[in-house]
Amino acid sequence: MSIKDKNTAAQSDILMNIKDISLSFGGLKALLNVNLHIKKGEILAIIGPNGAGKSSMLNVISGIYVPQKGTVEWKGKLRKKIAPHNIARMGIARTFQNIALFRGMTALENILTGRNILMKRNLFHEMFYIGKGRRQEEEHRKKVEEIIDYLEIQSIRKTPVARLPYGLQKRVELGRALALEPELLLLDEPMAGMNVEEKEDMCRFILDVNDQFGTTIVLIEHDMGVVMDISDRVAVLDYGIKIADGTPDKVRSEQKVIDAYLGVG
Amino acid sequence: MDWWFFFEVVVGGLLSGVMYSLVALGFVLIFKASGVFNFAQGAMVLFAALTFVRLLEMNIPMLAALGLTMIVMVILAIAIERIVLRPLVNQDLIILFMATIGLNYFIEGMAQLVWDSDVHVLNLGIDEYAGFEIGNAFINKFDVWAALIAGVLVLILSLFFRYTVIGRALRAVADDHQAALSVGIPLRTIWIYVWSTAGLVALVAGVVWGSKLGVQFAISTVALKAIPVLIIGGFTSVPGAILGGLIVGCGEKLAEVYVGPFVGGAIENWFPYMLAMVVLMIRPQGIFGEKIIERV
Ligand SMILES: Nc1ncnc2c1ncn2[C@@H]1O[C@H](COP(=O)(O)OP(=O)(O)OP(=O)(O)O)[C@@H](O)[C@H]1O
Ligand SMILES: [Mg+2]
Repeated sequence: MSIKDKNTAAQSDILMNIKDISLSFGGLKALLNVNLHIKKGEILAIIGPNGAGKSSMLNVISGIYVPQKGTVEWKGKLRKKIAPHNIARMGIARTFQNIALFRGMTALENILTGRNILMKRNLFHEMFYIGKGRRQEEEHRKKVEEIIDYLEIQSIRKTPVARLPYGLQKRVELGRALALEPELLLLDEPMAGMNVEEKEDMCRFILDVNDQFGTTIVLIEHDMGVVMDISDRVAVLDYGIKIADGTPDKVRSEQKVIDAYLGVG
Repeated sequence: MDWWFFFEVVVGGLLSGVMYSLVALGFVLIFKASGVFNFAQGAMVLFAALTFVRLLEMNIPMLAALGLTMIVMVILAIAIERIVLRPLVNQDLIILFMATIGLNYFIEGMAQLVWDSDVHVLNLGIDEYAGFEIGNAFINKFDVWAALIAGVLVLILSLFFRYTVIGRALRAVADDHQAALSVGIPLRTIWIYVWSTAGLVALVAGVVWGSKLGVQFAISTVALKAIPVLIIGGFTSVPGAILGGLIVGCGEKLAEVYVGPFVGGAIENWFPYMLAMVVLMIRPQGIFGEKIIERV
């Protein structure tokens, strides 16, 4: 895969355009006059010090938070306020900074539940595993098994997720998001707390998803090495303000960014 | 020691325990999905039983009456979501708990206003005193039927939770609201399903208890019996509710028969609570309950 080719191909299409948004909680300004666009098919990293407003930004993108000021355009159209459960239907899936799995379920059930909105309801047939219910379940299970193979978690399919180590839980959570077959995938610190090997695996999955399915990915990450390796573009937030936006190489050399990370200003 | 008699007491205790499990199950369903202790579960049992028995008295065939009562319980669930839960969304759990106390009195009042407050005989066509013998032990036929009905209900519920799209959605919501929303599960619809399921359990419990005790106000107090069951089994576990009921039923009968004579009887009334206290001291989350971990 050549990152260069993908970049030029992606230029044409803007998936989401966020214009001049401000978001505050009481007196606290989490985001201030931020402009950000997301291009179709890119991997965009949002970085910044703790409390800079990264997770808030992700929540604005997903529509969970409604900014007090500014507008969000989704595929060229102004996006109105959406009910939280309708975000998935727009083709936006996400993972959480603090893992949010269905703890009473197995890995497989978690991922299967990710496909809930794609499934039809037919209580009787489902309950007794006959007719339509059975066909549907088998069809969706096939998809889920593909995801499981893909994420290399065959051996823990039937394990209750609460018993899995942290790194694998993160992987199951990614699987659940992928099960939605999303157009836009939001990952809030997908590699936090992982060891080097686990991070490498996660990077590979992210790049593969982007490459094979053309899924647009926005991720938040603290590990600079990882960010520079996998992202097409990087946006930097500091105290709720976007201080840089561009290719990893460009952003890395900007004085403002260096200052923010060294705690100057 | 007369082992046949011991066997008879144990079986009798287990069978009556099943009826406690039935009431406890209604609490667990709602607690699991929303963290709310539904104080009104007992009132729902009364309301369902009264509705059912009054429909029977209007000469509506039994199956139709069951169906109609279930429809009424679903309407009640929708009304509760609209009027009580929706305005209180994002409030503290204690406030929701208080709301269910209010709901309890409202449903009790409504049940008696719409129907009446007389004692109604509910006859399912099973003789309460008939029985059969295994060896030298006498087993009550009605209790066996009640246990069978409860067993079928639990089987249906577990198939529903395990294998259906909605069942999975219910479990998802019970585990994590944020995550459930993120995969597109609408919470409001889920509350309606949860309360309807609790309504179904209330209906079954109401019919079984009503045909044993007669349909009367006292039925709503069987809910009190569920509290030690829940403490013993754990508030969040369906198997816990079942096992808790069996332990309480069997324990109180054994205590009554073997310890009762030495302390002047009437142990049955307080024994479950004592058992619950012991469990509280050893394992506060109950036998099957999840350890409560404060999330920050
Ligand atoms: N729901 C909320 N209510 C009140 N304040 C909030 C809320 N969400 C975020 N904040 C505040 O907004 C600011 C930005 O928080 P945010 O979680 O977006 O930061 P972040 O960049 O993701 O930080 P981290 O790297 O620690 O995850 C913080 O000061 C935080 O306390
Ligand atoms: Mg964050």
